[in-house]
Amino acid sequence: MPSLAYPVPTDLSPATVKNTASLFRIVTLALISGAAIASRLFSIINYESVIHEFDPWFNYRATRVLAAKGFYEFWNWFDPTAWYPLGRVVGGTVYPGLMATSGVIYYILQALNLPVDIRNICVLLAPGFSALTAWATYMFTKEMKNESAGLLAAAFIGIVPGYISRSVAGSYDNEAIAIFLLMFTFFLWIRALKQGSALYGTIAAVFYFYMVAAWGGYVFITNMIPVHALVLILMGRFSHRLYVAYCSWYAIGTLASMQVPFVGFQPVSTSEHMGALGVFGLLQIVAFIELVRSHVSSQNFQRLLRVFLVATGLLGASAFVFLTYNGKIAPWTGRFYSLWDTGYAKKYIPIIASVSEHQPTAWPSFFMDLQMLIFVFPAGVIMCFRELRDEHLFVIIYSVMASYFAGVMVRLMLTLTPVVCVASAIALSTLLETYINPVEPDAAVEVVEPKQTNGETTAAAAPSTPAGKKAKKPAAAAAAAPTSALSELVAVSSGKKTASSRGIFGLDTRIVVVLNTLWMLFFFVFHCTYVTSTAYSSPSVVLASQGPDGSQHIIDDFREAYYWLRQNTPEDAVVMSWWDYGYQIAGMADRPTLVDNNTWNNTHIATVGKAMSSSEENAYPILRKHDVDYVLVIFGGLIGYSGDDINKFLWMVRIAQGVWPDEIQESNYFTPRGEYRVDDNASKTMRESLMYKMSYYRFADLFGGNQAVDRVRNQQAPKNIELDYLDEAFTSENWIVRIYEVRKEDILGRDLKSANAFEKGKKRKRSKPITSRRRALAA
Amino acid sequence: MAPTKAPAAPSSQNPVVLLWKAYNQQTPDRLKFIDAFLFFLMLSGIIQFAYCVLVTNYPYNAFLAGFASTVGQFVLAASLRSQVNPQNKDEFKEVSPERAFADFALGSIVLHFFVYNFLG
Repeated sequence: MPSLAYPVPTDLSPATVKNTASLFRIVTLALISGAAIASRLFSIINYESVIHEFDPWFNYRATRVLAAKGFYEFWNWFDPTAWYPLGRVVGGTVYPGLMATSGVIYYILQALNLPVDIRNICVLLAPGFSALTAWATYMFTKEMKNESAGLLAAAFIGIVPGYISRSVAGSYDNEAIAIFLLMFTFFLWIRALKQGSALYGTIAAVFYFYMVAAWGGYVFITNMIPVHALVLILMGRFSHRLYVAYCSWYAIGTLASMQVPFVGFQPVSTSEHMGALGVFGLLQIVAFIELVRSHVSSQNFQRLLRVFLVATGLLGASAFVFLTYNGKIAPWTGRFYSLWDTGYAKKYIPIIASVSEHQPTAWPSFFMDLQMLIFVFPAGVIMCFRELRDEHLFVIIYSVMASYFAGVMVRLMLTLTPVVCVASAIALSTLLETYINPVEPDAAVEVVEPKQTNGETTAAAAPSTPAGKKAKKPAAAAAAAPTSALSELVAVSSGKKTASSRGIFGLDTRIVVVLNTLWMLFFFVFHCTYVTSTAYSSPSVVLASQGPDGSQHIIDDFREAYYWLRQNTPEDAVVMSWWDYGYQIAGMADRPTLVDNNTWNNTHIATVGKAMSSSEENAYPILRKHDVDYVLVIFGGLIGYSGDDINKFLWMVRIAQGVWPDEIQESNYFTPRGEYRVDDNASKTMRESLMYKMSYYRFADLFGGNQAVDRVRNQQAPKNIELDYLDEAFTSENWIVRIYEVRKEDILGRDLKSANAFEKGKKRKRSKPITSRRRALAA
Repeated sequence: MAPTKAPAAPSSQNPVVLLWKAYNQQTPDRLKFIDAFLFFLMLSGIIQFAYCVLVTNYPYNAFLAGFASTVGQFVLAASLRSQVNPQNKDEFKEVSPERAFADFALGSIVLHFFVYNFLG
């Protein structure tokens, strides 16, 4: 009987220990789910149950079509109001998994006589799926280490801000369900690999199919799993289990992924998917060689192998190279390529670089999104190295790849977060298990007198408190790890193993380390809650500002303007705006738009950019040619809303310049000293551009003769702007949204500029037209 | 592995012939049966591929569906083969031959569901 640091009950039967442990696991997982859901509801409680951001508005609109008309109609939906006059084949240009999921939930709830509005399903889908993500992460980590590490990982991912930022209530985006599918597919893959089971390979393929239908990030899975398999082969760890798992996954998964219309034939024709195909071929060769090797002597095998391997390897590789150069296999898409060549997008595809999420990540955002996990994470990866089973390699590869991608692009922080949670959970649970284990090492001759204090109970309860808990939970969750400690102890007391020579002496070290870890975990919870409530839970549709007395003031200009459009314009009035607002206009105002957030047609966007950045005379024909009735601009100069169109203006110029380099030049919009100004020093092109005029039209009048100040640019705003081709139709309360109506052609056939001048009673310049008209009359 | 050394004079004979002999001697009948099926699938795949290259790939989805069904069926059968192979018994501790066959059946059903869906 080895010596113990603190007394533990020894009269428990293993069955009791096992049952209590599983009860506590279930309770803990339920509480984690509760915490995951609850911490995502800040935006609903503080504001209201609305869809946030831009992209979710399209998803919501599509889901409404699905709920109203059924799956078949949704599948074949052609949307004539988007990308006017081109229209958009929605069924073939969308990942339908998200809409299908909420559609299924909607129909199930209808069948159960729970008539929930489709909007509420859309709003609450992401919190619901975050609970599933926690469970999937638990299963995944369980495969890596054990249940207690799994619980820790589930608790981490339940509340970590890096994932919450994309899954708060109301953020109805593809990522909402994609992270769950990612983790679950990975879990199934690991399970299939471990058992060599075609069943799990098939289920992994089915979930991979679901993932393909849900998110464009499925490419990550298509490359992660082959890389894992390839590394296993290269390390000489080929096994028939690997063959079974990989081939059943690839054969079914690839065919399944081609069923999604948006993906189409890509899995057999683009470079992103070729790695998977290559590893598939390589596995066939390796398996065949293994088969041959089992049948012939090593001498003959050597001779066979040399010829066979060289021949197939050369043949396969040259086939790939040939097909790629021949154009049969499409090269990497720009979006994907810009991950490798980080300067590529900025140079050649400004539309990709213009999205703020596509910028490199700064250090503070790692700390903000992951807090202490970011520095426990490498320790977890090292723990994986120390054991290095097949599945640990997966975590290592995943962390290396995801860390790189997260460093290149802010947006990909999302794929890094799960592996950070898993690796940190492995590290922390190893730490806790070491320091809670009551068994003293052999050398401890003088056993520390086990004093019966309260400290022991805290220490014993510690591992059961995975981070994601509110204060009430520890009590409920208490015994997950004590039981594991107990079961170890049962093993020890029954004499299965003797105490090892390595271990922890004394109670004080244990308490110090465990309490310290516990404190870090609690602090993690506070940090997560704080970041979630302050940074990630504001709907961008509604702006909130605080008065000096702490009272909240809601600025609701967007919806005010969109509803004005909805109610006061004809149903087929075409609205032109920058592409950021396309989905919101279509969703809230229900009017046709020229461009929207699905940036599939760069030229069309450049047309809008050109119209916005050229002078009125030049823009008017463009507007008329596209049947534009209303032009909408966002202007934050009055209340200091920095995300307005003047600040985005340079991107419009750049994108237009990419298509019409001789008509639009970026340098014309700067002052001679190269500054981007809006006051009197602004360049002539800038002052004449449509965007500038629309933004500052009548703005100076607000100040009643005083200096007009633009609150965003902190510059003096211009006075006396005149619009000849547009009429101001609507300006919202805080001047954020300004809507202009495009004038029809003059009935007398004059150009609108001179017609406008005539209306205002300005004296015409005595010049040719008068004489020529007189002459015309006389003739 | 290399259970038994090939018969005498290993270097003088053609290794392919030796391999064929060893295969015939050592493989159980069940595995040979699976191998016959694998061979048939391979032939079918080669014929489809040749048709695609030589004649036309016009209904490309139909070609892909047919070809993927042979490839998918091939790897599923090959998986079954390695799972039921008595030599690999220690590798597949959790998959009994019966379970392997059930997995094979399920995988094939799922595969062919997608194949028929993709044929269009």
